[in-house]
Amino acid sequence: MRSKLSEIAKTIRSKNAGVDKITFDVIFASRASYERVKRARILTRETVARLYGIPDSRISDFVEFDAANAIKFTIYRLQPSGGAGDPDIFGSQQYAPLLDLEVPADQGTVTRPAEPGTEYDRR
Amino acid sequence: MQSLRIICPNGHLGFAPLRVESFKLGVAAGPHVIAADSGSDDVGPVPLGSDTSTSPLAWQTHDLEHMLLASRSLGVPMIIGSSGDTGSNSRVDLYVRIIQELAAKHRLRRFKLGYFYSEISKEELRRRMRAGETVAGLDAHRTLTEAELDATERIVAMADVHPFIELLEQGAEVIIGGRSSDSAVFAAPAIHHGFPRDQAYYLGKVLECASFCAEPYGGKETVLGEVSAEDVRVTAMHPAQRCTVASVAGHAMYERSNPYFEHVASGQLDMSACRYEQMAEKTTRITGARFRPAPELRVKLEGAGKVGERYVGLVGIRDPYTIAHVDEVIAWAREQVRERFGDSGYELHYIVYGRNGVMGELEPLKHRPAHELCVMVQAVAPDAATAEEVCMIGTRQMFYARLPEVKGSAGSVAFALDEVLRASPAYRWTLNHTLRLGQPLELFPTHMTAAGVQ
Repeated sequence: MRSKLSEIAKTIRSKNAGVDKITFDVIFASRASYERVKRARILTRETVARLYGIPDSRISDFVEFDAANAIKFTIYRLQPSGGAGDPDIFGSQQYAPLLDLEVPADQGTVTRPAEPGTEYDRR
Repeated sequence: MQSLRIICPNGHLGFAPLRVESFKLGVAAGPHVIAADSGSDDVGPVPLGSDTSTSPLAWQTHDLEHMLLASRSLGVPMIIGSSGDTGSNSRVDLYVRIIQELAAKHRLRRFKLGYFYSEISKEELRRRMRAGETVAGLDAHRTLTEAELDATERIVAMADVHPFIELLEQGAEVIIGGRSSDSAVFAAPAIHHGFPRDQAYYLGKVLECASFCAEPYGGKETVLGEVSAEDVRVTAMHPAQRCTVASVAGHAMYERSNPYFEHVASGQLDMSACRYEQMAEKTTRITGARFRPAPELRVKLEGAGKVGERYVGLVGIRDPYTIAHVDEVIAWAREQVRERFGDSGYELHYIVYGRNGVMGELEPLKHRPAHELCVMVQAVAPDAATAEEVCMIGTRQMFYARLPEVKGSAGSVAFALDEVLRASPAYRWTLNHTLRLGQPLELFPTHMTAAGVQ
C-alpha cells in the first residue's frame, strides 16, 4: 500500500543550521520504515531539488544517518536569516512539502500469495 | 573523581523559562556543576546589531535565580555561556548585575563571580586584516572586506573552553560567559576535572539543548549528563521523559548541516563512530566520540550590521481576480514608491501569506493561492520618516491598484489597520566568518568579582 511520508516518519522538521543554511531532518521510529523509504529512493538529493525547485548546488549536505534512522539534508538560503523580508527567521516551517511525499508499497515487506511455481522475492 | 555530573535546565536560557519540577529533580540528583547556554544566532541579527536581548528580563532572571540558589545551596559551580542571547559585552554586564542583585536579595554567602567578554572591536579586526590576516567566510559568506566591516555594528567571537577553564582555575563559583560555543559551556568543567576532550565535548554537545535530547518532545526540562574517562551517560529528569538511543542520536542532527561533526575554535568533535546504548529506562550511554584538535586555532565571528529603520503594513485580499493578479497589485504599489523615491536608497519587501508567504521561492504550491491573502509590507530606509512613507505608499497604493477587469472599483484590498507600524530596525548578518588566533584567550579577557554578603 502506498503511504505518505508523514504517515511513516516520526519526525519531519526544519531549522536553521547557522545563518546561511536550513537543515531538514526526517526521523523514523523503526529501522524497517527508515530502510523502506531509503529503498524507495523518494527522498534523495534529486527529489529534494525537484520538490523545492532548487538546483543541486543549493543542497550543501545529504546524509542517510543510520544511527538515528534518519535522512537529513541541508540547503543554502538565498539571503542570511533574519534580514528584512525573511519570512522564516528560524527556518522552522520549511518542511511542509515533505509531508505528502508518496512512499510506494515496499516490495520487501508486503506479503501476497505467490503464484504457483514462482518464488516471491522477499529480499 | 570517577565521573562528573552536570545538569542543564534550559537550551537557550531566557528564551522561555525553565521548568521547575524537572530542575528540582536534577538538583536532587547531586550534580557537580549546573550549566546552561543562553544564546543563539537563530534569533536573527537584530539583537546583536542593536545590542538588545530578545529574551525578557523577567525570564532571564527567573532561570538565573533558580540556578544560582541551587548552585549555592549545593556548593557547586554555575556556568552560563552566551549571556543574554548574543553574548555581547552589555549582556555579560547585565547577567553579572542580575547575579549580584539576586545574591543580595537572598543574602547569599559571598562567592567568587567570574566573567569574560567576547566582543572584538571593528578597529581591532581591521588592524588584523591590514596586517594580512584573512577573515574567512563560512557557508555562503565570502572573505571579509573592509567595506563589509564598515557596514557592521557589532562583532562577537565564539569562545571555546579556554576562558571558562581559566575562571574555574581561578576559583570562580559562578561564571557568566560572553558568546561561546554551546558545547564549551559543559566541556570546560569536564576538561578542568581531567576528563578527556573526546568525552567532554560530546557531553557538551548532548547537553546544550537540555531536554531536546529526550523524548517525548518537550523543551526546557532538565537533563543530567555524566562523563567518565570512557563514556557519556545522559538521563532525562522529567518523570515522563526518557533519553533513548533514538532521541540522543536524533539530537546529534539538530540545528547542524551534518550530524557527524561539531566545530569549535580548537578542533572538531567527530561523532561518526558514536555508539548508543540504552542503559536504563531514562538513560542512554554514548561511546566512540573523538575530538580532533585543529592545526591552528580559528575562532568563529558573528557580526550584524544595520540596514535601516523599518515600518510594516498589512493588507487583506478576498477578490479572486485580485488574488490571481496580486503580483500586478504589488508592482503597481512598487511603481508608486519608485515615482516618489526612485530605485534605490530603500528596501521594500512583500510577503504574500496564503500563497507563498512562509516559504517564498521554495514553495511548491505558489501557483495555488488560497481564497484570501494577507500581504505583509516591509519598508526599510536610513531614517524613520522615509521608511514610514515608503511603507505607507507601498501599502496604501495596493488599495488603488489599477487592474483592467476588476469588478470592485472602491478599493483593491482590505485594511484591518489603516496605518503602518514601526518595527525593530532591520539588521543583517554581515559576519559569519573565522579568524586565526595566536593564543586562545586573546579575544576573551577574564575578570573576577564577588557577589553576596560577608
